[in-house]
Amino acid sequence: MAEAFIYDHVRTPRGKGRPDGALHEITPVQLATQTLAAIRDRNQLDTRLLDDVIFGTAMPFGEQGSNLGRTAAVNADYAQEVPGLQLNRFCASGLEAVNLAAAQVAGGFIDAAVAGGVESMSRLPMVIDGPWVADPQVSWKTYYAPQGISADLIATLDGYSRTDVDAYAVQSQTRAAAAWERGYFDQSVFPVRDIIGEVVLARDEHIRPGTTVEALATLKPSFAQMGEKGGFDAVAMQRYPRVERINHVHTGGNSSGIVDGCAAVLVGGAGFGKSTGLKARARVRAYASIGSEPTIMLTGPAACARKALKRAGMEPKDIDLWEINEAFASVVLRFQRDLELSPEAVNINGGAIAMGHPLSATGAMILGTVLDELERRKLNTALITLCAAIGMATATIIERV
Amino acid sequence: MKTMTLTVDPEGIALAAIDVPGRPMNVLTPEFNDDLAALLQRLADDAAIRGLILTSGKPGAFIAGADIKDMVKRFDAGISAAEGAAMSQALSRLLRKLETCGKPVACAINGTALGGGFEVALACHYRVLAQDASVGLPEVGIGLLPAGGGTQRLPRLIGIEKAGPILLGGQPLKAAEALKLGLVHAVAPAKELLAAARAWLLGAPEASQPWDRKDYRIPGGAGPAASHAARSFTMGTAVTAQNTQRNLPAPLAILSCLYEGTQLPMDTALKVESKYFGQLLAGPVARNLMRTLFINKNAADKLARRPDGIPPTTVKTLGILGAGMMGGGIAHVSAAAGIEVVLLDSSLELAQKGKHHSAGLLAQLLERGKITQDRADAQLARIRPSTDYADLAACELVIEAVFESRKVKAEVTATAAAAIPATAVFASNTSTLPITGLAQTFRRPADFIGLHFFSPVEKMPLVEVIMGRDTAPATLARALDYVAQIRKTPIVVNDSPGFYTSRVFGSYFQEGLLLLEEGVAPALIENAARMAGMPAGPLAVSDEVSLELQLKVIEQNLADGQAPTPQLPQVLKVLRSMARERQRCGRKAGGGFYDYAAEGKRLWPGLAQMFPLAASQPEADEVKRRLLHIQALETARCVEAGVVADPADADLGSILGLGFPAWTGGTLSYIDTIGLPAFVAQCEELARRHGPRFQPSAWLRARAAKGERFHPPLATAA
Repeated sequence: MAEAFIYDHVRTPRGKGRPDGALHEITPVQLATQTLAAIRDRNQLDTRLLDDVIFGTAMPFGEQGSNLGRTAAVNADYAQEVPGLQLNRFCASGLEAVNLAAAQVAGGFIDAAVAGGVESMSRLPMVIDGPWVADPQVSWKTYYAPQGISADLIATLDGYSRTDVDAYAVQSQTRAAAAWERGYFDQSVFPVRDIIGEVVLARDEHIRPGTTVEALATLKPSFAQMGEKGGFDAVAMQRYPRVERINHVHTGGNSSGIVDGCAAVLVGGAGFGKSTGLKARARVRAYASIGSEPTIMLTGPAACARKALKRAGMEPKDIDLWEINEAFASVVLRFQRDLELSPEAVNINGGAIAMGHPLSATGAMILGTVLDELERRKLNTALITLCAAIGMATATIIERV
Repeated sequence: MKTMTLTVDPEGIALAAIDVPGRPMNVLTPEFNDDLAALLQRLADDAAIRGLILTSGKPGAFIAGADIKDMVKRFDAGISAAEGAAMSQALSRLLRKLETCGKPVACAINGTALGGGFEVALACHYRVLAQDASVGLPEVGIGLLPAGGGTQRLPRLIGIEKAGPILLGGQPLKAAEALKLGLVHAVAPAKELLAAARAWLLGAPEASQPWDRKDYRIPGGAGPAASHAARSFTMGTAVTAQNTQRNLPAPLAILSCLYEGTQLPMDTALKVESKYFGQLLAGPVARNLMRTLFINKNAADKLARRPDGIPPTTVKTLGILGAGMMGGGIAHVSAAAGIEVVLLDSSLELAQKGKHHSAGLLAQLLERGKITQDRADAQLARIRPSTDYADLAACELVIEAVFESRKVKAEVTATAAAAIPATAVFASNTSTLPITGLAQTFRRPADFIGLHFFSPVEKMPLVEVIMGRDTAPATLARALDYVAQIRKTPIVVNDSPGFYTSRVFGSYFQEGLLLLEEGVAPALIENAARMAGMPAGPLAVSDEVSLELQLKVIEQNLADGQAPTPQLPQVLKVLRSMARERQRCGRKAGGGFYDYAAEGKRLWPGLAQMFPLAASQPEADEVKRRLLHIQALETARCVEAGVVADPADADLGSILGLGFPAWTGGTLSYIDTIGLPAFVAQCEELARRHGPRFQPSAWLRARAAKGERFHPPLATAA
């Protein structure tokens, strides 16, 4: 089997996912268009050499509906021969897009593709309007509870206190601030421009450097009311009947931020490197996606990481750096505990608690972040993973070339 | 036409008055369906008819709904989901035809319109409701859904968000509220209804429903993208899962009718509704609810167990010995029923305390506007606190409600016996002491009976009537008359220690203690109990009753020579270690299995040291099964011992007195639902794994082998 390589990656800065967010006036297709343009232009890429533009969106309706990959490719003046594909693995969509591109390259069916994801959370409400939540038969059968309840359930089962999760959040903020300070994101983040070409955002907007555990402790739990009045605590306890009550520890401060953003990764085979003169930066060694129990929903990454490691013939000790999406603090704490990881090797430049989680874009973003860090530290291997709705998870192992 | 009469006036207004023969209330029968079909044909054929008024020929009552007995018979005869759906479609198609017949139809709802009755009204183009009448769709309460288009017309009329609580709650709505919600077009005095309906018809109205008009949209929208979808469907489903603990299928089916049906054209929507109905009717839960809580409860309320040939009696003056929680509660409900009450205790202060209890309850009712000041004052005035047994001279009935000590009971019984009329019935409110023995302290044992009330008396609907060995049938008749007078539901059982309900209750909480002693996680025990449908876990219930009291009852029984049950030593060990070693006696003592803090109760962390968790924990289903099976098995033992004679009494007593889950239909219906052979096999398996208390008796095994059921199918019983 041929190998699939990562040649480059770019991302937008992440804007606050609110009406006063800097990216609110930018449409999702425009975010994707500028991102596709950025990865083409900085590589002086002849887009006729691409076989696909694979894009994820977790809220695939309205402005993000239909087929954003193809729409943005045409809008970005990619060669008209390049088709587009839209996929949805919820929060893991961006990483899944990279994996799909890599699989096709490694299988010899395509030469190269741009893969990524876009999410404008300020413009599209974060509702999943599908049957999973709306159809009473389905949400009943699957014991549906919102993710915040799931995250609080993990904390309850594992015994993470409010201070534990807040302390993790502070670490994310501290690391993200330090990474920005030292310019670690400069090479991958490009400024987003408005209609008349003015820069509207050049740096992550959601980040709050200097956050303390004491300040975070003043925030109200976000999911207590929904859990108690909305019946979801009861549903979670019906699935986990050893729990006496759900300990609601997650707040806006220790959960991923709601933001707008887009990211893209250039994936291709060895031949693509030769024909373009681009230098491969890493190979995709293995990937995996899994399903796990849907009510707790967010504990899939450990099993998914093990599955990917097994495919690669590797052990956890063979991984130099880890990226586990900071959907909620308890998700990271559970992952570290399951795989017995040193916190010094996990999310070392901060994550979505500090900088935000533009759903389908995040997978491609954190893959880029950790690749840059491997190069900076002259390390070799990294595993990137995200939990996704309905109990799914996706993981990718990359290795520097 | 057998179920309605039709007249047509000179102006072409037809009047169909529904009057189902041989029924106090109109119910929907196959004959009604036939007549409705004939009526619609006449409407179509007769050019002289320009509009129709539909009303009831029975004053004060429109249509009460479907025939519940008939539905239970159909279940017992093995109806399939498809047959149930077809049954619903038969009515649904007729009502669809009614609303699309092309001529205007006005409904003069001249009295209560419930269930199918209100569905007939909803299919009419105009509804005018008598101002003292109410309407509603209470099907959810009997495990069904409104299958004559109710789940479709209601949301199309007023929107899904408003329709949901009406369909899921099942509460009837008074006229003013029905008008405000848009369920009816107008409200009028009963005698003006026909005129109002006529006036509407003469005004050349549109003969169509809003949902059959062009550009119609469901108010507030439908489907997953509707702005209320997260509330109506997502939270609606979770809250339903919480409220039903997934034991009742009807609320979910109603939510699905709302979600799926409102996205479909009417005719397809009605089919979906019929299929969900068929599924419910063919399932055991609806049968269990209908049989126990409707048919058998109504029969019990009408004193089905009252001996024949004894003239009806009324209690005008009631004597109560002991003005504690129970005595005060009995005084309260009796005074509410218009009975003069002499409330006796050893000191006037204690006797007054019982009256204060009633005063407190009345104050709450006043605050909520449930009673007028005048009525409350009059009711309270009927309770006369006293210390003088001579005040009992006018009592037809005396209830002893002093604490559970044979000595004290014997003393007050003897003293009262000397003061009361020679014709008075004497009752004991004991919950555990055998009646036959207590009757020996009364000079006329034939007039002595047990009336076991449940706490809190004003809320608990059940009275367990206990026949002593010597109790006369006339005494039973008079006791039942009193129970009916205070509007409670009686069950009749025979004497035994703990009678029926206390025995079954004992099996429940003891199983909880044994689970704890085995090292099952306390939260799992409590959650599993609630998931099974019990109102509270066995540990919480033990705390309420008090561990010390439970211990005393068991010790008293042992002292009385009652044979210990197989695992009683472990039960006693748990109770003694909690109550006597750790002084954790329960809620009133400040803490038991739970800690009671201002922000809510939490399981006491000390349990972890006292009852270390077993390495392997059972599935919740296994715990649920243990907690329900042990109660059902104890009930079967009561049947075997002749304590319970009528399966309906066992079922009603368990649900109304003990909170045994309603979905089961009660302890014996639960066994029948599982099937006695399967139940016996499961108990044998539980006995192998958890001890001989689960061992079914030879009697029960023999019944199982013969394939006997506790409840014969209704069709053959009738």
